[in-house]
Amino acid sequence: MSPVAYLRAVAGKIFHRSQLASDLDEELLSHIQSRADDLEHSGLSRTEAERRARIEFGGQEKFKDECHEALGANFAESMVQDIRLSVRVLRKSPGFTLVAVFTLALAIGANSVVFGVLNALILRPLNVPNAASLWSIERGNNKAINHSYPDYRDLRERNRSFEDLAAYNVTAVGIDTGNHPAGAWILETTGNYFDTLHVQPYLGRFFHASDEHGPNSAPYIVLTHQFWHTHFQDDRGVVGRVVQLNKHPFTILGVAPPDFRGTLLFVFPDFWVPLVNQEQIEGLDVSTDRGNRDLLMVMGHLKPGVSKAQAISDLNSIGRDLEKNYPKEDGHMTFSLTRPGLAGDWLGDPLRGFLAGLMLLAGLILLAACANLGSLFAARAADRSREVALRLALGSRRVRILRTLFTEAVIISLFGGAIGLGGSIVLLRALSVWRPFPSAPLTIAVYPDASVYLVALFLALASGFLFGAVPVRQVLHTNPYEVVKTGSAARIGRRISVRDLLLVGQIAICAVLVTASLVAVRGLVRSLSSNFGFEPRNAVLVETSLNMAGYSGESVPIIQKKMIDALLAIPGVTSVGSVDRLPLYYGANGSHVFSDQTTDLRPANAAADVVVYAVSPGYFAAAQTTLLTGRSVDWHDDKNSPRVAVVNHQFAGKMFGSVSNAVGAYYKLADGSRVQAVGVVEDGKYASLAEDPQPAMFLSMLQAPAREVALVVRASRDPQQLVAPIKRTIESLDPGLPFTIEMWTRELGSALFPSRMATFSLGVLGLLGSMLAVTGIFGMAAYSVSKRLRELGIRIALGGQRAEVLKTAFGRVFQLLALGSIAGLFLGVLASRVLAYIVYQATPRDPLVLIAVVLAMSLLGLLATWIPARRALSVDPLVLLREE
Amino acid sequence: MTDQAQILPGTLDLLILKAVSLGPLHGYGVLLRIAQISGQALLIEQGALYPALFRLVRQGLLKASWGTSDNNRRAKFYELTTAGRKRLREEVDGWNRLATAIGSALGAQPEEV
Repeated sequence: MSPVAYLRAVAGKIFHRSQLASDLDEELLSHIQSRADDLEHSGLSRTEAERRARIEFGGQEKFKDECHEALGANFAESMVQDIRLSVRVLRKSPGFTLVAVFTLALAIGANSVVFGVLNALILRPLNVPNAASLWSIERGNNKAINHSYPDYRDLRERNRSFEDLAAYNVTAVGIDTGNHPAGAWILETTGNYFDTLHVQPYLGRFFHASDEHGPNSAPYIVLTHQFWHTHFQDDRGVVGRVVQLNKHPFTILGVAPPDFRGTLLFVFPDFWVPLVNQEQIEGLDVSTDRGNRDLLMVMGHLKPGVSKAQAISDLNSIGRDLEKNYPKEDGHMTFSLTRPGLAGDWLGDPLRGFLAGLMLLAGLILLAACANLGSLFAARAADRSREVALRLALGSRRVRILRTLFTEAVIISLFGGAIGLGGSIVLLRALSVWRPFPSAPLTIAVYPDASVYLVALFLALASGFLFGAVPVRQVLHTNPYEVVKTGSAARIGRRISVRDLLLVGQIAICAVLVTASLVAVRGLVRSLSSNFGFEPRNAVLVETSLNMAGYSGESVPIIQKKMIDALLAIPGVTSVGSVDRLPLYYGANGSHVFSDQTTDLRPANAAADVVVYAVSPGYFAAAQTTLLTGRSVDWHDDKNSPRVAVVNHQFAGKMFGSVSNAVGAYYKLADGSRVQAVGVVEDGKYASLAEDPQPAMFLSMLQAPAREVALVVRASRDPQQLVAPIKRTIESLDPGLPFTIEMWTRELGSALFPSRMATFSLGVLGLLGSMLAVTGIFGMAAYSVSKRLRELGIRIALGGQRAEVLKTAFGRVFQLLALGSIAGLFLGVLASRVLAYIVYQATPRDPLVLIAVVLAMSLLGLLATWIPARRALSVDPLVLLREE
Repeated sequence: MTDQAQILPGTLDLLILKAVSLGPLHGYGVLLRIAQISGQALLIEQGALYPALFRLVRQGLLKASWGTSDNNRRAKFYELTTAGRKRLREEVDGWNRLATAIGSALGAQPEEV
């Protein structure tokens, strides 16, 4: 039968039931009447004729049933019957239904949120045509994602594996569209960027490789659809308009399509600028500096038919050549490929680990929820054993009864799944528009798509069948005769039931989750209390890019000194200093240093790879970094004086053996210049909270001018009150300078963001797990009390002690709780490696965590058995015995 | 009516199709027609006719519509659809082949083997 006909049969049966039945009745009646007519003609009386006709016809009801079956769609029909019955049954116990739906909604919601994030950040490719062949190039064993421009050019020109290679870089720029100058986040790209990605413009045109004719030759920008929308109100006449970037005129060429938001998943730029104009944007030009690897990420589509391995060996052979030709700059030139979007494996690996761990925990939650619902269903099935027995006795098939039970389970799971999915969609959308840091373009774009819906549906159905399957054995083994004879309260002292096992499993899962979240909380507390090497409290940050207001070269230190002096004049300010890049702010700049004796300055001969900062006099005081010995940099350390640096404790130990040896000692920078260490400061955290102590050097800002400036303003009064005077002060110095003012504690949020997010998500999962454990234990305890109410009443009537009664009622429950908790704790400790991936300094072997887990589990047990215990103790034997 | 033959399983559908192919009939009419064309030789249980009719309608071989019978009673009339006509031809061919084969098998003489 064709599907259409089948659907018609189903629809007919479901929607025209009574019509079908009366039609059939009428047809059969008409038949019997016609037969009776004939019989009457042959001489019988009408009554006798009709009687004979009916007898001849045979069993009417039987044939009616057969006709009904002949109409087809019987499976669908009995399904509809099952659904009707289930809905009626579920509506009769709204408490049970609500708890079940709510439990599943939470579990499935948690899963679809985690999957939504996983899907958006890891599974879903970048939104460009043919994303499967798009790869990003990483270098060396530590998988550095950044390359120098000359290396990039060599790779692009000499490889035979890629269609083309494009390079890009994230940076900030000041944009003036005629109103007020403001900061914007951009991608600086090579001219072939859009062509390499095969992206087509939404409006106007993109720039191309043919637009590049040497430094500053392509003053063009391409807007993102979002920036066009918010800043130009979808004005189609914007193409050809000239805007000022860092006081240089740039022409708007076009607008990118709305679904193309750059090539990084967590940074959505405002517009694109050709890299050849880097000098105007960043005040420097790296196009000839082979050693400068701070900037460029490189990516491209593989040619059709070229495998990943072939491309890597192709790149490596170019790399060997580069090592030979440029020994000074190009150290270890081996390559690997990774997916673009997450800035390579540097961010991608931990993120993947974290999300996989989270997905695992969310899966555990769902399992716990299924165990919970499974035991609820088993309990219900036991309560309904009389009904089941009756149905069996009346000739219903066991399969049919199981189908009804499964239908109930699936209805609950679908409802729960729908609610959970709805909640997760709301959450994912909120997450997608959330900008965790006002001053940075960071986004978590995790808009849900079809695969999220599908996974939620699948999980809902799978869990429905999972917990629906728990009472199957019970039903299959029901002996109707026994049940009807003895009633359902028969078996109490049974050995170990499925329900017990489920409860133990569920408690174990919950204990794992509680362990995980406590470990995470502890890790966060530790990282918050660890020594950063600076003091973020009571400090205000003023961040700006001097090149946005047209400063460069000689004018940079001058304006910087002016700013520092002006800020120092504000009442309540105790010290002010500047640094080119804040520690713990999106990584740190690194550089090789050499011992004073080294003459061959190739990377392989470097004495150390150190973190570099350029600081102004007064920075250490303002940041409250302790000076261990020697002096800080001062205003005399300018470019007419010998180069000096302050180094940290780690640097001193590594380069000179000890702190006392360091002061006055010399070493060499990668460019060959000799530097004298004049002071030693304490170690700090530079790139991330989780790092081991790193060597660091602080050069004098006057000798190493930097356009990026963060001024640290230390206050003796409430720093919030300083915001307005600081703003006035800076604006009076240069009204055209875009800048931001922020509390340092807030700015530090970015460094703490990963562990905060980890703690938050693990905490939520732990909470969910606890809730499930409470409802699971509660259900079990309440059920066991209600089953044994009569026994308990008799015990009390016979003078049983309260403690004894409680022991009888809950002994089993607490045994199971203890068993589950121990198993969970054990598993949690075993999973420490997974946790260490997720959280900074995470160790579940922490005694505090272990004690807290035990406490939490006992507390949950007490909480869950509180109400049933009250009920057990308040049993009035007289009332009970009368009821029976 | 002792010399009436029980119909072979599976042949009821064929008989119904054939009966209806001679002109639209209501259920009771189908019975009469089969009795008539088989020379009163084939016996069909009256009630058993209807499940078969419903099945044929569902398979799209027959279509049904309400009308009025000769003796002025409301009755449901069945007629062949195009698919039904095609099926009847196939079934008749198949039946004839089978009947010939069985006939020749049963008529075999010892000297022919």
